[in-house]
Amino acid sequence: LADLHGTAPKPWSPASASTEPRKIARDRIVLIMGARSQLWSIAKMSVTGGVIGVTISDRYVTVVAIKGHSMHPTMTATDSALRGDIVLAEKACLDQYKFSRGDVILFKCPSNHKEVFVKRLIGLPGEWIQLPASSEIIKVPQGHCWVEGDNAARSWDSRSFGPIPLGLINGRVTHIIWPPSKIGRVERKWPEDRIPPF
Amino acid sequence: MIPKTKGKIIPIEPSSPSAAAMSRFVRRLAGIPWRQIAGEASSVGLLMAQGLCAVHVVSEHVLGVAFPRGPSMLPALNMAGDVLLTDKVSPRRGWVGPGDVVLLLSPEDPRKIVAKRVLGMEGDEVTYPVDAGNSDATKTVVVPQGHIWVQGDNIYSSNDSRQFGPVPYGLVKGKMSYRIWPPSRIGSIDSKE
Repeated sequence: LADLHGTAPKPWSPASASTEPRKIARDRIVLIMGARSQLWSIAKMSVTGGVIGVTISDRYVTVVAIKGHSMHPTMTATDSALRGDIVLAEKACLDQYKFSRGDVILFKCPSNHKEVFVKRLIGLPGEWIQLPASSEIIKVPQGHCWVEGDNAARSWDSRSFGPIPLGLINGRVTHIIWPPSKIGRVERKWPEDRIPPF
Repeated sequence: MIPKTKGKIIPIEPSSPSAAAMSRFVRRLAGIPWRQIAGEASSVGLLMAQGLCAVHVVSEHVLGVAFPRGPSMLPALNMAGDVLLTDKVSPRRGWVGPGDVVLLLSPEDPRKIVAKRVLGMEGDEVTYPVDAGNSDATKTVVVPQGHIWVQGDNIYSSNDSRQFGPVPYGLVKGKMSYRIWPPSRIGSIDSKE
């Protein structure tokens, strides 16, 4: 015991017994204050981390889980968020709203602002595109774009709700980061059987 | 290089005035506490980054400031010089209704932010003058689901839903209900029905 404490431990005596409870109480107060200040510093760190995380997610890059089958097989969804695909979306494109044909974008649904869709951008503002079903040719208005899902059979997109304002776009999907077998860039692709716009 | 002997620094006799200046300069550089400066700079930088992030979160998600310009909302808003508080919480929660003045991304150019008054929410019937000033003709339209009808108070000089149609609610970025400048007009913006 002498090695542990450095000095020889004091033998117990009635005199020392009266001061022990006060020391224990003081030690306990120090412990509680220490725990409270630790809790406070944990709270401060989480608020700071949260604020920085929200800023990064709003301005630079964000992570989204795919729920829906409209982009199969590029991106698939399953019932649980963990087994569906998870993608990385960048927000730098929202500075100038400059997109290219074939980009995969995230946007708010025009008939329900709380839902976010992911589809491929088929027509840019001012372009004439052909509707796949009929042989109609329409012009995409200024400030709008035409979006379609890769899985045409199960995609609710511009063929149903028309061109969407660019202001509804939330970001551009650049990479798939889950599942490991699909990790990689999301390529700018043009659907095979579509005539490119002019 | 400066040789050291038993801890003492013995300077070499410089061969020329410029070499003397160089060795003085190098000695000065070595004396500056670089590591301490780098430590302080990085902690100040981190603090500034945290501050900027906090400003972004508050102005984007809670309360922002707007400087609307243009004649389309006269007389409620001046043509220029007004400073308005923008509530960013209400649009996200759906607390926007007819009569509110809102900020929205223009459906004709997403880089432009416009201020207009909401006249109708989804399902409402809106009657609007087709050609204000020239004729009294009006048209009635039902606002589709998820959309709103926005119109400037100054119907003679406003590019709004009468031209670009009902806009999706998702374009609304803020609700402006309080003016903080100019001092003569500080107060809430009337919400006309």
